Amino acid sequence: MKPNQESPADLELYYRQMVQIRAFENRCNAVYRAGKAGGYLHVYIGMEATAVGWINSLKIGWDYVITAYRDHAHPMLMGSDPVKLMAEIMGRKDGYSHGKGGSMHLYDIEKGFFGGWGIVGGHTPLGAGLAFGSKYKGEDRVTLNFLGDGAANAGVFFETLNMAALWELPCIFIIENNEFAMGTRLEYHAADTELAKRGYPFGMKHERLDGMDVLQVRQDAKRIVDWVRKNQKPYLVEVMNYRFAGHGAADNDRQLYRTKEEEDKAQHRDPIERMEHYLLKNNVMSEEKMEAIREEYETWADEVMEKADASPHPDPSEVYDHVYTDMEPEKGH
Amino acid sequence: MPTVNLTYREALRACIIEEMEADQNVFLMGEDIGRYQGTFRVTQGLFDKFGPKRIIDTPIVEPGFTGIAIGAAMTGLRPVIEMMTMSFSILALDQIINHAAKIHYMTGGQAKVPLVVRGPGGAANQLSAQHSHSMEGWYAHTPGLKVVAPATAEDAYGMLRTAIHDDNPVIFTENPGLYGVKGDIELNSGFSVPFGKARVARQGTDVSLIAYSRMVSVCEKAAEELEAQGIKCEVIDVRSLLPLDTETIFGSVAKTHRAVVVYEDWKSGSFGAEIAARIGEQCFDELDAPVARVGGLNVPMPYSRVLELECIPNEANVIEAVQRLS
Repeated sequence: MKPNQESPADLELYYRQMVQIRAFENRCNAVYRAGKAGGYLHVYIGMEATAVGWINSLKIGWDYVITAYRDHAHPMLMGSDPVKLMAEIMGRKDGYSHGKGGSMHLYDIEKGFFGGWGIVGGHTPLGAGLAFGSKYKGEDRVTLNFLGDGAANAGVFFETLNMAALWELPCIFIIENNEFAMGTRLEYHAADTELAKRGYPFGMKHERLDGMDVLQVRQDAKRIVDWVRKNQKPYLVEVMNYRFAGHGAADNDRQLYRTKEEEDKAQHRDPIERMEHYLLKNNVMSEEKMEAIREEYETWADEVMEKADASPHPDPSEVYDHVYTDMEPEKGH
Repeated sequence: MPTVNLTYREALRACIIEEMEADQNVFLMGEDIGRYQGTFRVTQGLFDKFGPKRIIDTPIVEPGFTGIAIGAAMTGLRPVIEMMTMSFSILALDQIINHAAKIHYMTGGQAKVPLVVRGPGGAANQLSAQHSHSMEGWYAHTPGLKVVAPATAEDAYGMLRTAIHDDNPVIFTENPGLYGVKGDIELNSGFSVPFGKARVARQGTDVSLIAYSRMVSVCEKAAEELEAQGIKCEVIDVRSLLPLDTETIFGSVAKTHRAVVVYEDWKSGSFGAEIAARIGEQCFDELDAPVARVGGLNVPMPYSRVLELECIPNEANVIEAVQRLS
């Protein structure tokens, strides 16, 4: 792993955050299998280092983050209440959207987390719009606009890149390249698989970066976030990571698009295991302490799940709430 | 305050200027609205007055700039975006219907989208199949949007103000045939027209003609001719489709016992059909005849002026429909 300049406290923080995300996501899968979450649910297992590295480089409560439907980790790292996140995933009254959003549509606007979107590529102009808003007001916010490699082909994404560059919007487009657009491998969906080049035609600074070594991610993210904040211009990065889980919780046919051998090989890049190896080798943390931390988050995740499960389902009468800010829609069937 | 006689186009512009002067968060975005002065000249002079920061010429990419406006609205800005024609908003349906309309709901009330999408909707003069859509029915079908279609310069002025002040996404459709229509406007008066209130454009006792946008004047002209034949038509200018003022519509039907809904959109599956259905559902006991509809022909808009005029409902079509009811 990257030799680092991070303090032992920060190293522990990144390790804890990754372990926490994985424990949360494993619980989400369990919740889904138990029939306590429905619809579509997409976990971040294997990709933890990316969000940890990038979101720790932000001013939380000031900067903006937007992503697609693989959206559980991002708000958690921004300080959102995990119980409210899990309650939303379970469609409960105490969820952030009171059960109107679900796993794909998590939002914590107060913290600067703007979702949580289900149309591939569709949220990318919204993210540029957040950056437009902050620039218009003369603020020095930075927007992180996460998308997947599948979304990197969307027409609206290209339109957005053009305008972000044209209007110099302080937006970082982070293509999380986990090598699969649902079940279609990168080389089957992109004519040029070097997605970082998407920035080139618009004169936008762009780089292909690692997304599995949390210390490397953190270092790159800090450098780029600082640059965008200072220069108030967009940036595009392609972050190479890998999705250990299926596309969604309902994806039980991973062997249709990748082999078991490939998955086993990818496990060697596991960001958590790599971090553990690093912490051990550099005498930052003992195996016992890491074990204790993993245990701690297993227990924590169980508690989160139980607390969320204690939240009631929404009352049927709430169905009309929040269609509009100031009126109700036509009622009745 | 001085009252001035302005065209519909000038009334819109006057409202935009007043609102932009009152609130720095209001800005305009669209294709050729700035340096080119706007395809239908609604935004004429605004680029020189407010500059490139607030009058933003976009690339010709409706999905992209609509999405950026939605994002900006979520940060508290109040974008007013122009669709060069509402037909082009079809490209942005994903952003308008699958994003803007659902944000307040999906966020459980955390985020608001104070966005106005305005522009000409409906046929102009031989713009043919791809530039002549009436899109209001598509939008009025969608919970989370508000949809208005003013028929007069006064309402254009007063309803645009309401739209800009609204915290929800508003579709504001302007028939190109209305831009030159004149009305008396009291400038700088803060005059606004609330949504969800229909206007009785003409009083009558025998038949209710229910319309919006340019079809209101078609109905008014038909009503004049019918009066000569002894049939007194009441003309209801719906003007706000979503929310819809059913109280005024039903009240008129209760008085006249006959209703004809008139709209330029394709006859089948349009918002006019929705109005007719509601009258049928709610006013059955009041009706002395089936609810009639006069809509646009169910064909793509042809280029030939002869064929185009065949498609768009006119006074004769309305008169004929009324006579069939009597």
